[in-house]
Order: sequence, then C-alpha cells, then structure tokens
Amino acid sequence: MKTKLTILSLSAVALIVLFMTYHVMGNWDYVLPSRGRKLAAILITGAVIAVSTVVFQSITNNRILTPSILGLDSLYMLIQTFGVYALGSSNMTFMNKNVNFLFSACIMVLFSGVLYKLMFRREGQNIYFLLLVGLIMGTMFQSASSFMEVLIDPNEFLILQGKMFASFNNVSSDLLILSTVVLALTTLYFMRFVKYLDVISLGKDEAINLGINYDYVVKRLLVIVSIYVSISTALVGPITFLGLLVANVGHQLFRTYKHAYLIPGTILLSIIALVGGQFLVERVFGFTTTVSVIINFAGGVYFVYLLLKENKSW
Amino acid sequence: MVEVKHVTKRYGGVIVVDDVSLSITKGAITSFIGPNGAGKSTLLSMISRLISKDAGEVLIEGKEIGSCKSNELARKISVLKQSNHISVRLTVKELVSFGRFPYSQGKLTPEDRAFVDEAIAYMDLQEMQDKYIDQLSGGQRQRAYIAMVMAQDTEYILLDEPLNNLDMKHSVQIMKVLRRLVEEKGKTIVLVIHDINFASCYSDYIVALKNGRVASSGTVDEIIDTAVLRDVYDMDIPIETIGGRKIGVYF
Repeated sequence: MKTKLTILSLSAVALIVLFMTYHVMGNWDYVLPSRGRKLAAILITGAVIAVSTVVFQSITNNRILTPSILGLDSLYMLIQTFGVYALGSSNMTFMNKNVNFLFSACIMVLFSGVLYKLMFRREGQNIYFLLLVGLIMGTMFQSASSFMEVLIDPNEFLILQGKMFASFNNVSSDLLILSTVVLALTTLYFMRFVKYLDVISLGKDEAINLGINYDYVVKRLLVIVSIYVSISTALVGPITFLGLLVANVGHQLFRTYKHAYLIPGTILLSIIALVGGQFLVERVFGFTTTVSVIINFAGGVYFVYLLLKENKSW
Repeated sequence: MVEVKHVTKRYGGVIVVDDVSLSITKGAITSFIGPNGAGKSTLLSMISRLISKDAGEVLIEGKEIGSCKSNELARKISVLKQSNHISVRLTVKELVSFGRFPYSQGKLTPEDRAFVDEAIAYMDLQEMQDKYIDQLSGGQRQRAYIAMVMAQDTEYILLDEPLNNLDMKHSVQIMKVLRRLVEEKGKTIVLVIHDINFASCYSDYIVALKNGRVASSGTVDEIIDTAVLRDVYDMDIPIETIGGRKIGVYF
C-alpha cells in the first residue's frame, strides 16, 4: 500500500510540474503567478472534496453517497440564481467575488448548522433521516433555482450558467488565502477525530461498543464536512461529483478500511484528476470546456465500467 | 455488578420496556428469555447504552452508565448485536484487533497483539485469521465477532441472540465457549436467547420477560418450570429431566 501511495505522489508531482512548466515560452513572470493561483485552488479544493467525501461515506456506511446530498450545492446555485434574479448580473456588489464568496459560504455553513441543530435536537436521531431532509431541501432549492432561471433574461442566464460548473480559471488570491486559513483551522480540528474514523466505518453499534461517544463525534464530523464543502463550493463552484469518483477509485485501489491510507490516497487521486483535467482543458480543448465537465464525463464512464464489470462477475 | 432500576423505553406511544428492575450476578451467565416483542433486545441495548432509556437507571459497579466516559465503559462492558453486517471488508484478525481500540486507540502495542492472538486461539480461528469475514460461514463469523469481544477484555459481555441462524453443532460450540469464559476467566455474560433448552442447559440465571415486564426471574431450576413458563409463553411446556438437565418438550 505504501508503494501505491508513492506512485500516486510521484504522478501527482509529475503532473503538477508539467502543468506549471508546459509551453511557458519564457514568460515566467506572468505564467508562474497565474498558474500558481490555479494550482493552489486545485490543491485546496481537491484535498478538501476528497476528505469530505471519504469521511461522509464512512459516517453513513455508504459508498455511493456524497456530501452533496446535504443540499449544499443546490443551495449555492440557489444563492447565485437568486442574486442574478433579484439584483441582476450588473450589480457590482453581488458580482464582487469576495462579497459573493463570503455571503455564499456563510449561508451554506449557517444552513447546515440549522439543519443539524433541528435534526439532532432529539437524542438518537437516525442519520438517514438527516440525509432525507437534506435531499428534500436540496430538491426544493433546485426547483426554486430552475423557476427563477426560466424567468430571467437569457443573457443573464448565460452568466449564471458559468457558475454551474466548477472552474479554476479565475480565483483571486485574497480568497485563496482566506479559504486556506479557514480550511487549515478546520483541518486542525478534524485531526482530533481522525483516529475514530476506522471504528466509525464499522457502524454505530460497533463504534459505541468500542467506546466512541458516537453522537458527539459524528456531529462534529458532519460540521467539518459541511465547512469543507461550503468553502470549496463557494471558491470554485459545485464539484462534489469528483468526491464520489475519487473516493470510489480510492476504495477500489487500496481495498482497505484504514483511513490512514484511504485519506491521503484519495487526496492524491483527486489532485491528479483535477490537475490532469485542468491541463486537458487548457492545452487540448483550449478553454472551450470546464474541468468539471471533463471530470463528470470521465467519472460517468468509470461508473458505467464498474457496473458492467460487477454485472459480469455475478 | 450491573443493576437495572425502573428502566422504561417507549417507541412512539408504545411501551416496549416497562419499569424493569433487575440485577445481574457477577461471574455467571444470565439469559433473557421470552416471546417475540417482549423487550429482551431493547433491554439489552439499554443496558449496553446502544440506545437511550426514557426513564430509570443502569448502574455498573454503582455508577450510572450515562455518566461514565465512553472509553472507560468500553473497557468494562461489551456488546454484540444480533445482526452484524459490517459494510467494510475486514479479515478476521483485523476485526479482532478492533476489540483493542478502547485501550490502544488504533495503535496496537505488543500487549494488544498478545490479547488478539489469544482471543483468536481461544475461538479456534487461527487457520482462518487472514480470511475475510464475508468469506466465512455463519458459525465462523459469529466466533470471529465473539473473539473481537474477547479481545476487548471486558468484565461484562452482552450478547443479543448469539445463536441466531446457527445449526445445533455451532450453537453448542458457542455456548460451550461462553461457559468456559465464565469458568476460566470469571466473565459475566448476559444473553438474549430464544431456545429455552439452551438457556436451561448453559445459564446460571434466567430472566423471563413478557410485554416489557419481568414475568419472573431466578435460577434455572426456578424458571424452567411448567407453571412459570405457562405465564411467560401462554403454552403448556412439560419439563423432563434428562441426564440431570431440565428439558422443555414444547413441540
């Protein structure tokens, strides 16, 4: 397993070097900062999405869920749609990236806070109930967004559409620093709970039996997951499908329950996918598409492959 | 000693366990018997803090379980539920190693490894210790889970229908191991069990539950009795003594 991790690290580093140095043509002063910003955004988002999906799947004991079921992505789209609908795309305050980022991130964190508060008010509430409520809220947000999308001017809709797919092309350095600080603090807090993840993935009864204060730990982990998802979504746009993809490839590749391998492994996979995807977007497709389209396409193909393979082995 | 005082549990408006008080004797096997829906498993889950109770208290060595630290409690009392479906792919040895989590928090010391090896040997699982648990038969899997609980090395072991879906041979095997744990290691074991004859042959004390209440409790001789069992199961069960053991002929 260590060799697999080493191979993944090496490929990630190789891709990063390729991404940073390909076709520079002497313009180092311009290329390095601009690509560096993109790379930083990719590394942060990739790591955070990978970790939050692995943790979320371990909490729910389910390999096909992603944190998007909590409705955070849909809420982000609703905020964006509502902004364009109510204020118009020419509104300077709303279109200001920093304001938009802070506003969206705060609303998403607040929403999950309220959701958890309501759900966990009664002791021993089933986690699937929380997921169900999240799913319903998410669908409601989506319907509200589509309703407003139909009403707005087609030109405004085009601007909105740009936000529906994650993109690393214009992330400002202020936001990068801010996100890094928030995420680093969250990660510091997360470190206290890492050792419980293996046991939590066994299920609730086993975890309690082995002396974990289950409700306490799971609540904290869910808050951490939603901070991760909120910040990364507000930074680059909705991209939780990537988490599903890399978490599954990670499980497939490492075939272990040990989060000490799973988490670094999926982080590396996620970085490889994003850096590789971004490289393709820039050098092969010449910016005609976005990285999340490529990820969704590759991911979709991978899952179809898995389905066909599993089907045969029956 | 484990003392249960006036414990109650409701699901919706339905009372499942109704003001139950009992105490569990140390160094013995106590079996909970009773018809389906009598609240046996719910009571066991409340004693082992897997579910919360609506009223009453459970004291372990004089201390309320709710006020104990989870980790300390996991070194005193362990529990195995009747349906163990772990979604993670584990080998027998990895599963048993999880039993040491309350002591090592995931980093196994040589002492932990010794406990794991001992538990595997005790359950006669050495040959399959590197097999995945989903490749094992029902009896082997049950033994692997009990080995995990053994590695946890708690004084109290609570088992919810450990014989569920096992054939006679494996049932007897499990019960003999439990008996050995009590006699050789001084453990205290509480079981939920359906077959009154297994309860009769292998336990020291029996608690009979009905409609969420204790119908009667006492030693095996007191409970395995036609009159007492009639109250519990609403059927006549003639009791025969075969080879010194009381067997209910309920067929």
